[in-house]
Amino acid sequence: MERIPILKMGEFLLVTIQVDMHDRLAMQLQDDLTDRISATGARGVLIDISALEMVDSFIGRMIANIAAMARILDAQTVVTGMQPAVAITLVELGLTLTGVRTALNVERGMTLLRSLLDEADGVAHDAIADREDADVGAEE
Amino acid sequence: MSVLKNDLMPVRTANDIVVVRQHVRALAIELGFSLVDQTKMVTAASELARNTLAHGGGGTARIEVVAANARRGLKMTFEDRGKGIADLELAMRDGYSTGGGLGLGLSGTRRLMNEFELQSKPGEGTRVSATRWK
Amino acid sequence: MTPRDTSVLPSVLQKRSGELLDAWIAHQTSADGYRPDLMADAELRDQSRELLASASAAVSAGGLESPTHPSWQATRQLLGSIAESRATAGFAPTATATFVLSLKQPIFEALRKDVQNPERLADELWNATTLIDRLALQTMESTLEARERVIARQHEDMLELSTPVVKLWDGILALPMIGTLDSARTQVVMESLLQRIVETGAEVAIIDITGVPTVDTLVAQHLIKTVTAARLMGADCIISGIRPQIAATIVHLGVDLSEVATKSTLADAFRLALARTGHSLGRAPARERR
Repeated sequence: MERIPILKMGEFLLVTIQVDMHDRLAMQLQDDLTDRISATGARGVLIDISALEMVDSFIGRMIANIAAMARILDAQTVVTGMQPAVAITLVELGLTLTGVRTALNVERGMTLLRSLLDEADGVAHDAIADREDADVGAEE
Repeated sequence: MSVLKNDLMPVRTANDIVVVRQHVRALAIELGFSLVDQTKMVTAASELARNTLAHGGGGTARIEVVAANARRGLKMTFEDRGKGIADLELAMRDGYSTGGGLGLGLSGTRRLMNEFELQSKPGEGTRVSATRWK
Repeated sequence: MTPRDTSVLPSVLQKRSGELLDAWIAHQTSADGYRPDLMADAELRDQSRELLASASAAVSAGGLESPTHPSWQATRQLLGSIAESRATAGFAPTATATFVLSLKQPIFEALRKDVQNPERLADELWNATTLIDRLALQTMESTLEARERVIARQHEDMLELSTPVVKLWDGILALPMIGTLDSARTQVVMESLLQRIVETGAEVAIIDITGVPTVDTLVAQHLIKTVTAARLMGADCIISGIRPQIAATIVHLGVDLSEVATKSTLADAFRLALARTGHSLGRAPARERR
């Protein structure tokens, strides 16, 4: 079966979506990614959608699900490279992907992932009492 | 309104949704729609085709190039013989969903198009048509 | 009128194509609208020859039956491009119409030579008139369409020019909006802002509405949609220059701006943008300033 490849780079997983995805492929990616996060103990996931010409509510929901599941598995998710036309359409559709972090391109996305990780690790060294505040900060 | 082009396509599998999307994209480019408009129409087609498949158990998509008052447009009509919709008003509301989705399919799609028409009777099926003018 | 299999018009057009062309060109070059300054004689001749050949082919293929007959397809396209090139060259619409209408007399003369029976001649003249009318009407339509296209293009250009997206700093764009915002203009401007964000890789965009007198619900919603779309792309927006009256309107309209960063002046917004992109701003010590 057709699959979207997932690359591992250090403690990050990298996915570039370049095909017009049908629904099964999207579901497969969601399953594969969560499997890989737990298998590799990855701390961050970067999904580059710069080649995607369309994101509908199904794919949008898949992206939001991946981010939510990754968070439970202690990994941060950043979506990069969304095209203006795609972003405008998503907003018009009413889908704002709340809770998903975004960056303009892969390079910025990697920087954002690293800073999110530093933030999260900083919390771990601090007193437990501070944790709640910091977690809220990381979520916004 | 006159019809310049008329294509009937099946919506039976998840792959058909992709084919419908690509067909809508090709026609939208041919008609000279802007990239943003193209994306809106392709997304609308994807949402409606998925509704036909998920709620109507499959059906057909009719994609037409239409003309009226010196303007040209793209009209898509999705039809199924599924269980139909009992409360049309409720179905059009943001956040309403029976298929486990976000409930943005119909209400969101209406915002992507210029004209939108929903006809359905419980037990007889559903017919949605949406048009965007150049 | 006359069934086409009995009409001699197709055969006359073909047989006498050479002399028809010469007579037609002679008519054109002696007409009032003749503008050798706008179009070279060689081009005029090419255009005339192509159109005559195309119309003749259409008539032979049964085009006299109806204006929507498929045989007219090629002629229609040809007239479209002729009308467009003439409109661009600066010909008046009447000159373009005269170009087609001046073909009438040469065809009449040719028919008169070939058809002796007066009744037949009347029928054939009617056929020829139908043909010319059809061509002329199509020309007018194409001319109008070409003009509409030019106007639409100019309108778009104006919309884009009216609000330039400027780069303030590395990674910071600003969009100073001036004048009344209607829904169409806001949409165009917002699309070009998002496009520029991708092109420049800017992380922060400031939308300054100091020069905007009023904001209605639709425009406010466009602003919010743009901010949301930019966030989806990975960029932050700051709205600056919201005048007190506009703030009151926005609250009154029930538009929720709580998710959007707002600053009262462009300067404040710029300072915030610098901070967000990791730049810091301060005065240099006095002795280094000179």
